[in-house]
This record gives sequence, structure tokens and C-alpha cells, in this order.
Amino acid sequence: MAQNLFVKCKECGTIIERKKYAENNDVCNVCDSYGTLDYKKRLAMVIDHDTFEETNIHTGFYNPIDFPGYLEKHEKIKSKTGLTEAIVTGKACINEQKVMIGIMDTRYMMGSMGIIVGEKVTRLFEDAKELKYPVIIFTASGGARMQEGIFSLMQMAKTAAAVSSFGESGGLYISVLTNPTTGGVSASFAFLGDIIVAEPGALIGFAGKRVIEQTINEVLPPNFQTSEYLFEHGYIDMIVERKTLKDTLGQILKIHSQEENQIFQ
Amino acid sequence: MKSSSNEELENNNAWSKVLLARKITRFRSLEMIKNVFDSFIPLHGDRGIGDDKSIIGGIALLNHQAVTIIGQQKGNTPREMEYHQYGMTKPEGYRKSLRLMRQAEKFRRPIICLIDTPGAFPGVLAEENGQAEAIARNLYEMANFTVPIVSIIIGEGGSGGALALGVANRVFMMENAVYSVVSPEGCASILCKDSRKAPDMAGNLKVTARDLKNYGVIDEIISEEGTNEVIFNRIKQNINKELLRCSQLNGEEVRKERIEKFRKIGSEITFTQYDTRVKKS
Repeated sequence: MAQNLFVKCKECGTIIERKKYAENNDVCNVCDSYGTLDYKKRLAMVIDHDTFEETNIHTGFYNPIDFPGYLEKHEKIKSKTGLTEAIVTGKACINEQKVMIGIMDTRYMMGSMGIIVGEKVTRLFEDAKELKYPVIIFTASGGARMQEGIFSLMQMAKTAAAVSSFGESGGLYISVLTNPTTGGVSASFAFLGDIIVAEPGALIGFAGKRVIEQTINEVLPPNFQTSEYLFEHGYIDMIVERKTLKDTLGQILKIHSQEENQIFQ
Repeated sequence: MKSSSNEELENNNAWSKVLLARKITRFRSLEMIKNVFDSFIPLHGDRGIGDDKSIIGGIALLNHQAVTIIGQQKGNTPREMEYHQYGMTKPEGYRKSLRLMRQAEKFRRPIICLIDTPGAFPGVLAEENGQAEAIARNLYEMANFTVPIVSIIIGEGGSGGALALGVANRVFMMENAVYSVVSPEGCASILCKDSRKAPDMAGNLKVTARDLKNYGVIDEIISEEGTNEVIFNRIKQNINKELLRCSQLNGEEVRKERIEKFRKIGSEITFTQYDTRVKKS
């Protein structure tokens, strides 16, 4: 009972009333650190109420290289979270503007990208191209999924090509990087947005910190691979707090939707 | 159900390929370029921050046809290996590659990529200079070029660092090369918390040319039988054959073929039911 009424901030350890924490968008009111959002909370935070229509629902399981232990891992996560993959995609409205939206959920195998995530992202861009909707993806991923071997790697090329085709047709793609966005996801569709937004304090990068420390024997600077660090080095357009995220996205969409008034063809 | 001894044999085979692919005496990009192509002129720099030593880039002739070549270089001595960053490419290397590929597009030259890397360079500066963005940008732009791209994995095809030169119309693999989403050691240390399990993981990850050919992820295996001279000649013939095939296509067809090649990986998925192959294991 008590556990349900309170949450503990993973960063500073403060015990916070769950209701207050939720009202503050799962941001700690003491240290301002951001809690991990599941896809439902993320949707509720950024889209107009009751406008989500899920697309390409996948309830099965795919083990393209018959990797040992993969099915068991899938079953375990599925029974614990109800999730069958690391991304949910669909149509929605943000401030009454239609978008195709993708939300990655780290509860499923650290949000890693395998063949189904790659396929869902690709279809998201293909559907958006056809419908002439903008695309918004909230990335949260440890990278390519090892258990699907080479097929995971190929999803990087596939999704990048999908962004490319969509982009060539003139579509707007906003990428919102959330904690964490690393590896094969950061090195494919995550960093290909026309506009790249990040949440404060998110871990964003390519190589893992431990890998860098071990192979190169370098000391990591403070703030390394955070949103703020990437922003300072010119790889992110803006860092946006959760409380203003929906309106910021809404404004960007609005500026891109003035087609009928467009005089410069 | 495979017998455990068969599985062990396969894992050993995969691991032996990993070791062969990494062997310090193995043929390297530079040697291959000099032997396969004529009149090679190296070109340098990304016009931004530097010239990455893991990437050999330039222009050359192949049977009188002008081509752009980009090769990941490792070297054959410890000193050379260090100089070339063990073939680990930095963002400026991917951007140098992209610059040369754009130039190839402008002058209508086919692009030949030779892949040999344990992975993209993992370092503080590499992150600071946008390693992820650099790789992503290569994937994005390579999808769109209208000149043919031929990639050959000549040794190690290490993850995103290899794929950033691997979005090609045809992907060849040398017989003893490997291509993987993660190094067997990395996989073992993450999944098993024990990097000594790397040989087993090499088998599980299906990294050999034969496995990847069976999956249809690569197009052809180039035999390593014979002397280097014989092998280089074989490589030359294969590139020639491929360029001849592509010469029958127009630029738009070349672009579409390449996009379709990657698009189809996973497009067979039905978004409803369990995969039957899983139930057997």
C-alpha cells in the first residue's frame, strides 16, 4: 500500500508522494532529475486526450537467428509488463495537429532495436509519407538488439533509408531524445531528425561509457554524453523540459503547417 | 534439435573465422587497393576537423572506369595498427568518406567500400564530435546516391562502424571475414557477464560469411583460396561483374534497388502471430 502511494527518486533518493510526482511529470521536485516514462505516460503527456490510434500492433515474437534464451527473456518481460516490443507507434493529435508518433519503451529489453522495432519505425515513416503527416519519435534505447544479430544491424540502414525517403518527400521529422539514447538507435533514426529535441539530463551517445574507459583508457569529463553536453557541441537543437514539451512540439508543428500561406515554392 | 557436439563445432568454426578475420598478417585495404585498381590517388580530410587515419580514400581506375574508393585500414605491424587506430573510424573518418562519396555522385563514379573495422572509435573526442550523427548521416545519404555502391567486408565488419560503409547495391564478404552487430566479446560480457564466453557467442551471433549468405544479408562470398595475387584478381573480377550489371541500370534504378535491398529485411513480418520457427527450439 505504502509503496503505491510513494515513489523514491532514483537520483537523490527522496521519497515523494506518487500523486505529486505524477503532477510534476515524473520529475523529482528536489533534484529535478527525470524519471523513466512508460509509453502510456509519455502519450498522456504529449498528445491531445483520446486521440491515439495505434498502428502495426505486434503481439508475436520473432527470433531470426534462433538466439538461445531470447524467447525466455521475451516471455518474462511480457508477463511482467504486458509489452511485446520496445516501441509503440500510431496516429495522434498534438494541439489539434495530426502526427505519426512513435514512443520507445525501455521496459522491453532496454528499448533495443531488433527487426520488429526497425519494421515499425520504417512503416511509421512510410505511413506518414502517404498521409502527409509529420513524424515525432521519442527515442529511448540501449541500441541494436544483440539477440537478433546482423538483422538488428540492418535495421539501422533500413530506418535511415526510411527517414531519407520521407525527408526527400518534404516531410517534417522531429526526434525527441530521452534517457537513454545510445548505440545503433542514436546512430540511425534518432540523430536524423530535421529538428532534434532532448530532455534534460538524458544519456545520449554512441559508445558505452565503460567501453570508452576500458578500450581507450580515457578519463570521462563531467557531463559526458548528457543532453547538455551534446547541446554544447552542436548536436541538439534544444533541450526542453517536460512541462513545456507538448507546447513546444505544437509550435514547431504549427510553423510547418502553414502550407496554404506558403508563397516561396 | 542440433546435437551439442555439432553446435560446438559450429561455434568453434565461427570463432576461428573471428580469429582469422583479425589476424595481423591478413591482407589490408591499402594493399588491396594498390593491387586491384590502377592510378590510385589518395584524397584526404573531412574539411571540418581532420583526416582520419583509419580511412584510406581516393580515386582510381578499374579497367578504365573511374571509381571512388573508401577503405578502412588496419596495418600489418603493431606500429601500423596503432597509426591507423586499429581500423576504428572516428566521426571525421565517416565525414571524409561521405565527402568523397558525394564527390563520386557529382562525377558519376561508382563507389567501392572496403570494410575492415572492429567498430567505430570509442573515445571522448569521437563522442564530442558526434560519432552517432556521423554514422547516421552516412546511412541516410548512402541510401540516396544514384551511382552504384559496392561494399566488400574484407576482415572485420564491426557493427555500426562497418555498416556506415555498407549501405551498398551489392555486399560481398571475403570467405574468412565476419560481420556482426556486436563483438563476440562485447556480447559475452553483456549477456553472460563473462568475456571468456566469446567463442560461444560468436556461434550464437551467426557472424560468418556462410551464415550471412544463407540469411540473404550479404550477396556473395569471395573465396580466399590461393595467393594474395589470385585473391585480388578474384576481387577485381567480382567488382567488374557488379559494375557491368549496374551499368545496365539508370541512376534512379540504382538508388531504388539499394533502398529496396535493405527495406525488404523484415518486411515479411506479419504483425499478428507467433513465428513458427521459435516453437521448435
